[in-house]
Amino acid sequence: MAEIAFARPESLRDVPFHYCPGCHHGIIHRLVAEVIDELKVRDRTVGVMPVGCSVLAYEYFNFDTQEAAHGRAPAVATGVKRVHPDNVVFSYQGDGDLASIGCAEIVHAAARGEKITTVFVNNAIYGMTGGQMAPTSLPDQVTTTSPYGRKVESVGMPIKVCEMLSTLDGAKYIARVAVNNPANMAKAKAAIRKAFEVQLSGLGFAIVEVLSTCPTNWGMSPLEAVGWMEKNMMPYYPLGVFKTPEEVAK
Amino acid sequence: MAEKILMKGNEAIGEAAVVAGCRHYFGYPITPQSELIEYMAKRMPQVNGVFLQAESEVAAINMVYGAAGAGARVMTSSSSPGISLKQEGISYIAGAELPCVIVNMVRGGPGLGSIQPGQCDYFQATKGGGHGDYHNIVLAPNSVQEMVDCTVLAFELADKYRNPVMILGDGALGQMMEPVSFPEKSAEAPAKPWASTGLKGRKEPNVINSLHIQAPDLEKHNYHLQMKYRTIKENERRWEEYRTDDAELVLVAYGITARVAQSAMEMARAAGLKVGLFRPITAWPFPYEELGRLVKTAKGFMSVELSAGQMVEDVRLAVNGAKPVYFYGRTGGMICSPKEVFGIVKKIMLGEEEK
Repeated sequence: MAEIAFARPESLRDVPFHYCPGCHHGIIHRLVAEVIDELKVRDRTVGVMPVGCSVLAYEYFNFDTQEAAHGRAPAVATGVKRVHPDNVVFSYQGDGDLASIGCAEIVHAAARGEKITTVFVNNAIYGMTGGQMAPTSLPDQVTTTSPYGRKVESVGMPIKVCEMLSTLDGAKYIARVAVNNPANMAKAKAAIRKAFEVQLSGLGFAIVEVLSTCPTNWGMSPLEAVGWMEKNMMPYYPLGVFKTPEEVAK
Repeated sequence: MAEKILMKGNEAIGEAAVVAGCRHYFGYPITPQSELIEYMAKRMPQVNGVFLQAESEVAAINMVYGAAGAGARVMTSSSSPGISLKQEGISYIAGAELPCVIVNMVRGGPGLGSIQPGQCDYFQATKGGGHGDYHNIVLAPNSVQEMVDCTVLAFELADKYRNPVMILGDGALGQMMEPVSFPEKSAEAPAKPWASTGLKGRKEPNVINSLHIQAPDLEKHNYHLQMKYRTIKENERRWEEYRTDDAELVLVAYGITARVAQSAMEMARAAGLKVGLFRPITAWPFPYEELGRLVKTAKGFMSVELSAGQMVEDVRLAVNGAKPVYFYGRTGGMICSPKEVFGIVKKIMLGEEEK
């Protein structure tokens, strides 16, 4: 008897992604879906979807979802979670969404120890609006709104979200991962799983930042983009676990 | 109806929300409605409800969006500058067709304005406020008792039409104390099979959304919304008339100003002047038809407002050029007195006032 070793997660619908070639959203969606399947919580999950490239994520995930305004996903997720504390509620957000327009919402959701999980996709640029500078764009990075490179003397240094949120007591699990190779994908999945387990344990807020590429707006091939991310993003945004509660540390 | 108790307007709304089955409140402090958020902070835990003070009005209304989408009877409250911040979320809530109740205790504007009563948010309450083609149902009570009744009604209408309902009050109504009684309970919330509660055995996921990225789809959605608004216009107009049968001049006023106008009307009647009062209770849908009927008997109309002239535009639409429409308003948080309005009425009726 042949055994199915690899199949589409039940939490992912059988529809093609719209994402650009080389974009990491597809991988990250799949990891989230696998974790929800493995934790057997699909039946009580509500995902809150962002504005930006992943605005259509509700068409890919196979569970209940709400579409939030730019940056407001943590507030929307708070509303859902407070109505149904037994639901598993997560927000899926990009870096413009979370670190710029929604900075207050993520900081306060973390500060409250809101029992939600956030999957934060950081590709150092605004994708959907066409490659503008993000709060996470690197120094001297050329974007459509930093055509001479990001000048830190006028716009400041990029925001390190994990490090910033680590100062808040309500944030219980904080990790930065990448999906640039299979080994890191396995680590990313483990981190996402732990972030959901923290929520299931009722411990507080959990966030996983996933470093990600944007070949289209970076103007690179998918492979070049992975190389650029490894060379430029990883040194500034070091991978690792910033905070973990003892109860789930094991 | 239980016995009457003396209560402040803001707090009466809070208690009425509890009666209406509201168990989720998300807000942010602002004068002159802070007693309402404080009341909910005290009351929600007593009824196993959820009270959360958000980090901003923007967050509060988006928490309302999440909770409404998850099927709760949910409320938020604010005052003018805070309502401006909530407009983003209100547009999304209208677009996603979610039921919720939003209280606006209006104060003088624009900008930071004052903390005194105003009616200068009429445009943003009734004409959309946020982006896109949408309407809130807007209830404009004129007493603490009516604020109670309108709050209970607001939750029922919100659920019935899956639409945001705004209670349009003002700083005076929020702060004044009057005897009120509460109904024992309101109509049960209907089943919400569309809500994002988690699948719980359901096959197809529920998606709460206001995005229709294909233009034809969005146009179809807008047609659907407009059809719903038409139904609301047909079924939910509410108003009161006082001595309009023989009135030569009809005052038109809502909320606190309607009480001032009513006193002015009584002064005019005592002086032998045939003055009546038309009071919209729903500012949207505006009772155009009912006010328009009075052009047959009245010689003129006067809108009295705590604004530079906002509802007067709807009065003009209702009158449709058939008779003169006058306006009298105070702004900045100033409230007109009955004597002051009576003075204007006398001038109009003696032909001294310009349109």
